[in-house]
Amino acid sequence: MRMTPLNTIAFIVENRPGVLFKVSNMFRRRGYNIESITVGPLMDRSLARMTVTIEADGRALRNLIEQLRGMVEVVRVKHLNPRRMVVREMALVKLNTADPMAREEALRLVNSHHGLILDIDEDYIVAEITGSPGEIDSFLREAESIGIVELSRTGATALEKGELKL
Amino acid sequence: MAEMSGAEAFVEALKREGVETLFGVPGGAVIPICDALYDADIRFVLARHEQGAAHMADGYARASGRVGVCLATSGPGATNLVTGIATANIDSSPVVAFTGQVPTSMIGTDGFQEVDIIGVTASITKHNIQVRRPRDIPYAVKTAFHVASTGRRGVVLVDLPKDAQTDVEEIELPEHVELVGYHINPEPDERELDRAATLLAKAERPIILAGGGVVASNACRELLELAELLMAPVATTLMGKGAIPSGHPLHIGMCGMHGTWEANHLIPEADVLLAVGTRFSDRTTGRVEEFTEARIIHIDIDPSEFDKNVEASLRVRGDAKIALRGLTERLRQISKKRGEGWMRRLEKLREQRRRMEEEERGEGVKPPDLMKALRRLLPKEAIVTTEVGQCQMWAALHFDVYAPRTFLSSGGLGTMGWGFPAAIGAKAAKPQVPVVDIAGDGSFGMTENNLATAVEEKLPVIVIILNNRVLGMVAQWQRLFYGRRYFGVHLGGSPDFVKLAEAYGAIGVRPGSMEEFEEAVKVGMESETATIIDIPIDPEENVFPMVPPGRGLREILVEG
Ligand SMILES: Cc1ncc(C[n+]2csc(CCOP(=O)(O)OP(=O)(O)O)c2C)c(N)n1
Ligand SMILES: [Mg+2]
Repeated sequence: MRMTPLNTIAFIVENRPGVLFKVSNMFRRRGYNIESITVGPLMDRSLARMTVTIEADGRALRNLIEQLRGMVEVVRVKHLNPRRMVVREMALVKLNTADPMAREEALRLVNSHHGLILDIDEDYIVAEITGSPGEIDSFLREAESIGIVELSRTGATALEKGELKL
Repeated sequence: MAEMSGAEAFVEALKREGVETLFGVPGGAVIPICDALYDADIRFVLARHEQGAAHMADGYARASGRVGVCLATSGPGATNLVTGIATANIDSSPVVAFTGQVPTSMIGTDGFQEVDIIGVTASITKHNIQVRRPRDIPYAVKTAFHVASTGRRGVVLVDLPKDAQTDVEEIELPEHVELVGYHINPEPDERELDRAATLLAKAERPIILAGGGVVASNACRELLELAELLMAPVATTLMGKGAIPSGHPLHIGMCGMHGTWEANHLIPEADVLLAVGTRFSDRTTGRVEEFTEARIIHIDIDPSEFDKNVEASLRVRGDAKIALRGLTERLRQISKKRGEGWMRRLEKLREQRRRMEEEERGEGVKPPDLMKALRRLLPKEAIVTTEVGQCQMWAALHFDVYAPRTFLSSGGLGTMGWGFPAAIGAKAAKPQVPVVDIAGDGSFGMTENNLATAVEEKLPVIVIILNNRVLGMVAQWQRLFYGRRYFGVHLGGSPDFVKLAEAYGAIGVRPGSMEEFEEAVKVGMESETATIIDIPIDPEENVFPMVPPGRGLREILVEG
């Protein structure tokens, strides 16, 4: 069980070399425990949006937000409202499906999680699963009995609902 | 727009920032800059080690309030700056450091004298920038000065690859910079001020803790006005020393590990504590759980300090000067009569402390007496820097200060070897006032090579070495908390500082009495070259008061 809840912070940074380093270096230096970090450019490609999921709340969370705000490369920061946001993550999973039973089970499982089969060969399938980090966790728990050969998760990305905006 | 080399643009940009003095050591990766400086009217102070150059820039900045500038070559030149950069940054001193770098085509190849100084200094600077092309240079310089000198001040490092210095292109010198992620708002929120004023108005035992931010924002007059209005005693941090004149009835000195009897008792007893421009370092708070029962109002320009070490009841983000003025305006109506009991408490503690000092009076010349004698000799505007250790704490406790920016010390890092080069930098900024480094023998040894700079550059600072032949502060801990198991602290009698001074062409004196000490200080003030005053003191001497590490402020020891 987690002692501290996971919180999501989204922020806009200058899209330049070295900025990702500086942000993650600050997290390391201040001793924050990052669960995941994702980044991608905005429509204005001189800016990028980063999403961080972090095990922190209260004072620690407030302080982290101010630390980010204080960075010259960081343009805007927001703690996303946990009750009014959508969070999604994608995972690519390679399953060992040499056994026909396993293959059948794998296809059923991927389907039931609204996943996509991206590649099939004699012994393996590669599936794409998208969902909240929790949904991906639950897919992976079930897939473990089939045999996960390789896994790559993107980390969470998030937006707030309705008029709420970073 | 004009066609020029990056190095020429660099020098032009420095001129536009009003840079008069540059501290540094050259090398291969900055020779183009040196060449462009050849014709410029900027004083170059050649340090003998880049750490010294960085401390000089820092001392210059702290003494003058203007940005201090240092220059080093790539690789070892840049890494030698590191201690100086970290020291200035943690104490929010506005410094811009320039480093040479291998040409852009070689970056990442482990070229000769290549060090990733951006990576190395990311966590010890406010901001750092590597330029890629000549035309980036003026923009980077402007950004660096702007960021270093606004908001919470700090260090900005600009890394200059050699080809960006030598290449020629059309270059524009910007008037302003537009930084999307850097906005300073010095104006505090009116409602926050209202709330803070309401809390202060109700306080029966108000106290003020003034940090370096008060000095940085030139808010000393505003601080005094508010303190007098509230009849609130004012304690300071080490960085805040000078924010209120010593000897003012409300001045109670420094609090913390080597805090005064008055400050360390009153802070835990207060009901409202107004903390201004302080980050509540552990050396200031003692055991943080026992720091105070008071409700805390925290004023700071940097909101990342809120609740970092101590949780406040009210937080006022903004410039200290504006915030203090805002509070005073709101509080003018309250009566001065209140808080008489609180003032009586202060008087009682003061009396106790005086009595303890009387009883302690021993034989011989003691460091506190030296500090008092020095104060009588120096004019009020003289600048004192300190090294680190017992010498520093004796100075902080016993050397009275009457004006901000006249007592300079490495607080956040406690960097041995800081005081002497910082004094040289301060002297370069304020040549008309005497500058004295209160030093320990161990600390002075760390940057003593800068004697050559002081002599050659005719920056006649005075160094007073409280020579106990030990790393005294470490020895004190070993004596008090480790059963006198002295380890690694004996310095012996080497070097002979008088001969060392002479070897450098400075004056060296070893006074044998208080009279000779006073004479030596006078000689130093008249002299056109640096003066080293080497005073033998008892290695067993302790600095008191002291709060043992990890204890609350009230657990203050006054004797061993
Ligand atoms: C660069 C650096 N190294 C080590 C220390 C740890 N340290 C703190 S005080 C001290 C002793 C300082 O000795 P000295 O300068 O002789 O001053 P004294 O305490 O004897 O007055 C040491 C080693 C430090 N603060 N800075
Ligand atoms: Mg010593």
